[in-house]
Amino acid sequence: MTINAIQDEIIEEFELFDDWEGKYEYIIDLGKKLPKLSDEFKTEDNIIKGCQSIVWLHAYKQDGKIHFEADSEAIIVKGLVSMLVKVMTNHTPEEIANADLYFIDKVGLASHLAQTRSNGLASMVKQMKAYGIAYQAND
Amino acid sequence: MSILDINKIRKDFPILDEKVNGRDLVYFDNAATTQKPTIVLEALSNYYGHYNANIHRGIHFLAEKATSAFEDSRTTIQKFLNAAHKEEIIFTYGTTDGINLVAQTYGRKFLKEGDEIIISTLEHHSNIVPWQMLCEEKGCVLKVIPIDDKGDLLLEEYEKMLSEKTKFVSVVHVSNALGTINDVKFIIDKAHAVGAKVLIDGAQASSHITIDVQELDTDFYAFSAHKLFGPTGMGVLYGKSDVLNAMPPYRGGGEMIKEVTFEKTTYNELPYKFEAGTPNIADVVAVKFAIDYINELGKENIAAYEDELLKYATEQLSEISGLRIVGQAKEKVSVVSFVLDGVHPQDVGVILDQQGVAVRTGHHCTQPLMNRLGLPGTSRASFAVYNTIQEIDKLVAGIHKVKKMVL
Repeated sequence: MTINAIQDEIIEEFELFDDWEGKYEYIIDLGKKLPKLSDEFKTEDNIIKGCQSIVWLHAYKQDGKIHFEADSEAIIVKGLVSMLVKVMTNHTPEEIANADLYFIDKVGLASHLAQTRSNGLASMVKQMKAYGIAYQAND
Repeated sequence: MSILDINKIRKDFPILDEKVNGRDLVYFDNAATTQKPTIVLEALSNYYGHYNANIHRGIHFLAEKATSAFEDSRTTIQKFLNAAHKEEIIFTYGTTDGINLVAQTYGRKFLKEGDEIIISTLEHHSNIVPWQMLCEEKGCVLKVIPIDDKGDLLLEEYEKMLSEKTKFVSVVHVSNALGTINDVKFIIDKAHAVGAKVLIDGAQASSHITIDVQELDTDFYAFSAHKLFGPTGMGVLYGKSDVLNAMPPYRGGGEMIKEVTFEKTTYNELPYKFEAGTPNIADVVAVKFAIDYINELGKENIAAYEDELLKYATEQLSEISGLRIVGQAKEKVSVVSFVLDGVHPQDVGVILDQQGVAVRTGHHCTQPLMNRLGLPGTSRASFAVYNTIQEIDKLVAGIHKVKKMVL
């Protein structure tokens, strides 16, 4: 599935919610379901700067595609991170570097992107794309 | 019950009618900044709309009117702090600016290698970093008064730290993170007994506690206007005139000079020596209206009502299972910091925000204090005179919802 196809799927899922509670319960649920990041990857280097809660992002390349694993102390951030991972993982460095993440706005979570200082979602996106660019350069 | 008419007071603050995420705004982030009454908003627009002019030098009508409004504010603040002299009131950009001024002028001139500076575990970063910078430059030693688990300073430890090496003590009057009211009179007297100068960071105290700088006998007292219903970007540094006179100027520029030639410049007298450049005229003018507003309500009445809110919030929050109030000092202002078992403070903040309740979450710019308490941060509700019991009920209901959704 392409990055955009996954985004469209998420947008469709969110259309089911007509209030904030349903939406946040869903995000919290995603956070709870995100597999725990192994302690060996919870390193200082993997911490995304600029978040009120600690967010770790681990990336590796396999068969020409980048894979992401992530974790956070805060459950809502973890849910948001889980969506980002779902969209961005298992794609080529080019696809990741050039991705247009429109789903965040479409599902009404753009304010989370703007509040860079509090939850660092924007920093997370930036870091994922930076991996895309870095792995492209390595090729 | 309070003798203040809280519903009437609420009408003075237009922002309280705002909707947040479709709900009535419940603003419990007053320790970060307070909202502004209409008379302050009008003072700002009146200044710009009717008598905006640069002050002190102009001889035309507007300049004189602006200058006299600007200096009226200084007199109002002098009375607010019960300072002995008007020129002891220096306008700054805020508490942080005032502390930096003292560290960079008094500190750089009078402190030397091996001298000791005492601060406390309760300090905001603003009252830590300027002293660390000074220590780095001059080779001074920074000492920190410890606290107990309730958030009270261990004053007997402070007494043990004091010696002839102690040259400066800079301590917060009221903790922003925990609400602890420190016994600053004791701290000041003990510091003076060993010949040290004292600065009190009054950022959180100025809106809750009556301040008498002469009775306290403090050398410096710094606070910000925006925490007492005034504008942002405007603060006050009080200093005893003999100490201020002995200090070199801070920033160079207009207004702070007496005479400039390319060979030598002589400096203006207090307070202008420390007010280089065109000051923040509009905000200085407006702060008078904020203080008049406080005086009209009566600081004792405000404090008594805030105590009611604090007491009610403490009782109600204590009943929530899994919630622990952080900071249970003997004397507190209306601040309740708390942690919820199994829930990160950020999640508390996000879900309360969805319900229109604004609290602050995180380390509150007191990372060393959070480390001491072994916490990554807390959620903090801080109350002002326009808050109500019903709003606290909404906070409590909001926290129950957080638990239901996250746990």
